[in-house]
Amino acid sequence: MSETPSYLGVPITRPKVAFFDFTACEGCQLQILNNEATLVDFLSLIEVVAFREAMTESSDDYDIALVEGSVTRADEVERLKTIRKNAKVLVALGSCACFGGVNQLKNRFDDQEWVKKEVYGDHPIETQRAQPLHEIVDVDMKIYGCPIKKEEVEKIVTNLVLGKSVKHPKYPVCMECKANDNICLYDLGEACLGPVTRAGCDAWCPGSRFGCWGCRGPADEANMDEMVNIMKERGFSYETMLDRLECFGGFAEFTSKLKDQMEQDKENG
Amino acid sequence: MIFKILAKQEMPKLFQVMSANRIIGPVEKGADRNGKTIYAFEPVSQFEKLRLDYTTTSRPAKSYFLPSKETLCTFKVTPQGWDKYVDFNIHEPHIFFGLHACDINALNKLDKVLMNTKYPTPYYTAKRKNMFIVGIECMPQPFCFCKSMGTDTADNGFDMFLTDLGDKYMVEIESARAYNFLENVETSDPTEKEHEEYIACIAEKNRNFCIDVDTTDLTKILDMEFHSDVWKQWGDKCLSCGTCASVCPSCYCYGVEETVNLDLQSAVKTKQLYSCNLLDFAEVAGGHNFRPESGTRLKYRYYHKHRGFVEEFEESLCVGCGRCDESCLADIRVPEVIKSVRTGKREKTESGES
Repeated sequence: MSETPSYLGVPITRPKVAFFDFTACEGCQLQILNNEATLVDFLSLIEVVAFREAMTESSDDYDIALVEGSVTRADEVERLKTIRKNAKVLVALGSCACFGGVNQLKNRFDDQEWVKKEVYGDHPIETQRAQPLHEIVDVDMKIYGCPIKKEEVEKIVTNLVLGKSVKHPKYPVCMECKANDNICLYDLGEACLGPVTRAGCDAWCPGSRFGCWGCRGPADEANMDEMVNIMKERGFSYETMLDRLECFGGFAEFTSKLKDQMEQDKENG
Repeated sequence: MIFKILAKQEMPKLFQVMSANRIIGPVEKGADRNGKTIYAFEPVSQFEKLRLDYTTTSRPAKSYFLPSKETLCTFKVTPQGWDKYVDFNIHEPHIFFGLHACDINALNKLDKVLMNTKYPTPYYTAKRKNMFIVGIECMPQPFCFCKSMGTDTADNGFDMFLTDLGDKYMVEIESARAYNFLENVETSDPTEKEHEEYIACIAEKNRNFCIDVDTTDLTKILDMEFHSDVWKQWGDKCLSCGTCASVCPSCYCYGVEETVNLDLQSAVKTKQLYSCNLLDFAEVAGGHNFRPESGTRLKYRYYHKHRGFVEEFEESLCVGCGRCDESCLADIRVPEVIKSVRTGKREKTESGES
């Protein structure tokens, strides 16, 4: 590792990068620190100026802000707006930042006071509807996954540093699942959102015989109507479908439609 | 062509003689929700693991000669510039022990595009040239329509081919290498009675096909029906997930990507098999997509298999193995699609799609 990295003999500028977290488990940031084998190379590409989980120092002078978590408090809204103002590029890191993540599950309860009481008892706590970052500020790029896949982040950061375009797969998880020679979860009688969920995870869960829960949100073309048909034909209830589709918030646009369909089906017996 | 009779009790010995090489063959991979065995082509080191009576594998043997992902070359920056390292990724010969006729025919078709052409791809050719194939006769499964595609028998492209005659095999010897292997085991010349048994076995296979696809004038009909409504109807069902191409023994379309490694001192060029059904596939630089609609993409898969390839090589690229039909969650099946193009209407599938 040299002090100033270069590519093909041309010195490159290390962008100043800051990591931030909102309402989240901080697991995505942990992923960044996880891959020890490549961590030194990774850190030599960027200059980390703020990373609460990894360092004491902190600076507001940064080019790229990588933000984990969803927004669930009024002060978080203000903090996010400040980050947006400071950053040239704001990246949503992980499912919570992209879609609200597991946190947004509480949004499906009409009575938010009841949710608060159920979780926190009599402790006073300020919390509001969980929102993904893009509902509050402009997001320049999304890195999907719960958690994010470190290899994918490494590739994205390398491309950002070299000025190359960053591309996510538009196709669904099935493609990667088949590439890994996995047995289809539907053949095993299990539910899986692989056919509609964006790839890029290398079929992490189906590879461990655990059906996909859609943490990366919908593929660019996700045939939701057919997905519902497929699950219905195989005997999965609307409740099972909704549990999966609502889990990370990526399919929010579709789930309200599915709920209507469920009501309609129930009325028709 | 030489025919020999090989007693089944000689098989472990034959396997052992061959096992100085890497042997890949059908093995049990698990069971589906109905208890039906799922088979896969995997490296086999014990003859007992080999399931020569397998029905079909859910994936073809393609990953051994056309892997889903393959490193084409790597680069390393040097003080003078950069070095390039190329590896065709075949380091020992492979013996495929127990390929059905459809899969052998798929290889023969791939040869036409990837090997016996003006610009052969060395990655495929190197693997194909280091391959020894033991074919085995099969019984048609519910999804098989190889007979309609003319691929129910393999005339070439293998070294030896076994047909099960009870306690013995009729062995068809196609190469000197196969003959040499068989010299290590006891064989005999087939008798007139064994000829009859062989013919009866093939007749039995013929009787067991339950799907027939009418391919008469299909190239012309596909040309006429380019704007047919059925393409959109099938497209509405299609998940654009690429499963059909992934499980297809003859799909070879791919993309190539160059990735700079994190150290910025090395890079890798990777080939990834694609599917024409994927949204990304027909996207070009600048973001324009030539086939943004699902139905159009699905249509092109059929046009490549059943029209383009036929015009070029006078045979279809589809071998009728039925893997895509069996694995398509949306129940899109080749025989039904082809029929719908002929009749101009899509018929409802058995599974009762509403």
